Amino acid sequence: MIPVAAPAGEAPEYELVGDLLRKALPVAPVAVAVAAIFAGLDGALSAGVGVALVAGNLLLAAASLVWAGRISLGLLMGVALGGYAVRIGLLFLLVLLLQDLDWIHLPSLGLTLVITHLGLLFWELRYVSASLAHPGLKPTTAPATFASKERAQ
Amino acid sequence: MILAEITDTGLAALTYGIGALGPGIGIGYLVGQAVQAMARQPEAAGMVRTTMFLGIAFTEALALIGIVTGFIF
Repeated sequence: MIPVAAPAGEAPEYELVGDLLRKALPVAPVAVAVAAIFAGLDGALSAGVGVALVAGNLLLAAASLVWAGRISLGLLMGVALGGYAVRIGLLFLLVLLLQDLDWIHLPSLGLTLVITHLGLLFWELRYVSASLAHPGLKPTTAPATFASKERAQ
Repeated sequence: MILAEITDTGLAALTYGIGALGPGIGIGYLVGQAVQAMARQPEAAGMVRTTMFLGIAFTEALALIGIVTGFIF
């Protein structure tokens, strides 16, 4: 039978974004500090806004995909494409509105947006590719060898 | 006689619009394949969705770079 929706209760996107946000917690102060060194208080504030925008964008993406996945795979397809357009439009609008504020330093905001987004994804990718499973299932110890399994028996 | 004129802002918007087509096509293809994979192997849906989400986020980074480039330069 062809499934019409993702299995109920499964939401790997939330798990993934939760892991990404946990990783963003130590990244945010670093981004703010680096921006503060190069652009002062304005840069630090802009970097903080940048990290918040990245986190919000990822959360929104996960929420929309989980919602659509529970209804049907067809809707998942539509929401993934429509969501891309909506979220990019929203980000564009937010940056457009923010750029006129006195305390916004655009290079800090822009670079934080791109570097944090890509950096967090590459960081997460290491765990996902290592386990080929949900981030929560990532291996914490070295895999058991055949010899160690025999010794255990 | 000038029939049409495009300003710098208009040109930037047009360029970004064309640039955003790439990630759009990429996400469409990616999600299409992921949905097909989930329909064929429902037991692998969790893994497929994890990979799909990462793929979407990576592809979206291209559009994000376009936005940032437009605002900075």
